[in-house]
Amino acid sequence: MHNFLFGIFPYIALSVMIFGSIARYETEPFTWKSSSSQLLRRKQLIVGSVLFHVGILVIFVGHFVGLLTPIWVFDALGISHGAKQILAVVAGGIAGVMALVGGAMLFHRRWTDPRIRRTSSFADIGILGLLLVQLVLGLGTIFVSVQHLDGHEMTKFMSWALGIFTFDGQAASYIQDVAFIFKLHLFLGLTIFLLFPFTRLVHIVSGIAAPFRYLLTRSGYQIVRSRRSRPLPARNVRDVKTPAE
Amino acid sequence: MRVRAQIGMVLNLDKCIGCHTCSVTCKNVWTSRDGVEYAWFNNVETKPGVGYPKDWENQKRWNGGWERTKSGKLQPKQGSKWRILANMFGNPDLPEIDDYYEPFDFDYDHLKSAPEMEAFPTARPRSKVSGERMEKIEHGPNWEEILGGEFSKRSQDYNFEGVQKDIYGEYENTFMMYLPRLCEHCLNPTCAASCPSGAIYKREEDGIVLIDQEKCRGWRMCVSGCPYKKIYYNWESGKSEKCTLCYPRIESGNPTVCSETCVGRIRYLGVMLYDADKIETAANAADEQDLYDAQLDVFLDPNDPVVIETARADGIPEDWIKAAQESPIWKMAMEWKVAFPLHPEYRTLPMVWYIPPLSPIQNAAEAGKIGHDGDMPDVRSLRIPVRYLANMLTAGDEEPVVQALERMSAMRTYMRAKTVDGVIDEAIAARVGLSGRVIEDMYKIMALADYEDRFVIPTTHREQVEEAYDLRGGCGFTDGNGCSSGISKGSLFGGKRKPLKMPEAMS
Repeated sequence: MHNFLFGIFPYIALSVMIFGSIARYETEPFTWKSSSSQLLRRKQLIVGSVLFHVGILVIFVGHFVGLLTPIWVFDALGISHGAKQILAVVAGGIAGVMALVGGAMLFHRRWTDPRIRRTSSFADIGILGLLLVQLVLGLGTIFVSVQHLDGHEMTKFMSWALGIFTFDGQAASYIQDVAFIFKLHLFLGLTIFLLFPFTRLVHIVSGIAAPFRYLLTRSGYQIVRSRRSRPLPARNVRDVKTPAE
Repeated sequence: MRVRAQIGMVLNLDKCIGCHTCSVTCKNVWTSRDGVEYAWFNNVETKPGVGYPKDWENQKRWNGGWERTKSGKLQPKQGSKWRILANMFGNPDLPEIDDYYEPFDFDYDHLKSAPEMEAFPTARPRSKVSGERMEKIEHGPNWEEILGGEFSKRSQDYNFEGVQKDIYGEYENTFMMYLPRLCEHCLNPTCAASCPSGAIYKREEDGIVLIDQEKCRGWRMCVSGCPYKKIYYNWESGKSEKCTLCYPRIESGNPTVCSETCVGRIRYLGVMLYDADKIETAANAADEQDLYDAQLDVFLDPNDPVVIETARADGIPEDWIKAAQESPIWKMAMEWKVAFPLHPEYRTLPMVWYIPPLSPIQNAAEAGKIGHDGDMPDVRSLRIPVRYLANMLTAGDEEPVVQALERMSAMRTYMRAKTVDGVIDEAIAARVGLSGRVIEDMYKIMALADYEDRFVIPTTHREQVEEAYDLRGGCGFTDGNGCSSGISKGSLFGGKRKPLKMPEAMS
């Protein structure tokens, strides 16, 4: 069971996330959206949403860098495992609390405001609930982590995550003996990956891509679309001859 | 010079009777769906008033349109690209639905299904968003109809800037006009500029501004970017929607629904050729009052041989050039200078223009001794203050508005002399810088307003860009739901509609 949950399920979850997202983007682009409800109720949204999103993004980057950077890179940089763990606990703790407070505000708004409640789908409420549970679990792991600050426990997760991405058949065994709350946190995280293409979470992809497209690939502000098969060649005023000439 | 063509619109406010036929027919065609009950791609406001959504003209509050920074750069008033991206989690400039109005319906069924009661059964309102009972309807799409509500509230109207407005609250001095509004299909649209996804684009062939529903992600920056508040967020689909200038009709040479159904015949549609290379400079004029002239400068004379030659080289079809030469928009905006852009100070270079309304002489009691300029009344003593119109149409510059009103007034005097007294009085025409022949042309187009004179719309040349063979057996325009016109059941991904084929962005 352990091997299935942490050795095989990760591949299922990631595959569904990637191929499901591609399928949705290709076949149902109209459904790819952030589903903002700000128009219907501004109250609680601005503060809640900013706290939630900033918190989540910091946590996401932290997990991404923390788990997927090879351990020898930290060793080469001279960052001890203990120092890295303290950094993770402090930064993750602050961001986690931000996200939890913001998320709780958003959940309260979604659950109690009749306008938002009525226009929410089951998936909208469900995925927000799952994210909140995941945040609570993640923050809960801090209490376990502070009992052993040598960073050894953390390297297990790094080995596991790297193992998954390098198709290491033994990956699940690296986290065989970690505390139960970590296992729950990992399982729920993978489940959220699994649900990703079927919920509004897909807007994360666009949210990350938008700044690059907006700032880098769009030179000016305006966009003009043409039905022409070939764009008109660039031309100078002087190239045009008046009939008189 | 890069010549492009745009379908422009002019609305003759002098003839608008405020019947809302345009709004209703538009609503029936485009926004009678879930999520956009509150949206009116076309609405008619009674002015003075704060309008719909409330206070939309006040850009100090909504930060719509463009601003010229101190260093002379043009950027959206809500912020540069960085600022817009930073506001994606929560847009501080987004109106709430209550700023438009909470959409409602009535419990009509109760009228027939109510049990025997002491009181007469009534149909009470219910919210279309939450489905809950609404005890009181606080606002509607046309809340200030015919000066409804207190003057103290209506006079928050931004166009009173620089006008001693208190006296217009008095019954004797009251004035009123209608302002039908729709998307301006701007040459420099802030909505398109504000979209982080790049979903909003201007069509090269006819200048219509559209939202690609498949690329829109619902970041809602366009709603706050548009100073006219003519982009509406569909709370059901999570996408932004706007007036399409009825492009399926325009493409086939038909006027928009609002124009076709206008009983006052106040709407005109025609082609304007413009120089795309001049847009940025024009929108960035240092003085706000120069923006109107700067926009006139962007338009190209369709009778100029150089323009015609360049237009051909830029792929503008021959019948579009011909339509531009016969365009009623060109005549009213450029030749007679009676039509003006709505709020040029927003720097969007709007393409729906307005002819200001004439109004009765200011004070009926003093009608005998009112200021006359020769045979014609002084337009500055008309009931609607010229400054009010100028704030709306020329960023406060009264001269062009005065000239337009004088020309319209002269048209009436000239035609009265001609038809009543049988006298052709060229002096009247000369006094406003026109000739009798031009005035009679104005009369034909502005007063008689025959269908063919109002709508000079060339068809789109799809045959030049599409394979007709591939289109056979197709279903023409649909709502994006395959060939059916209804709404299908949700899919695995929660979708309701099938994708549309869209044109590509130009490099």
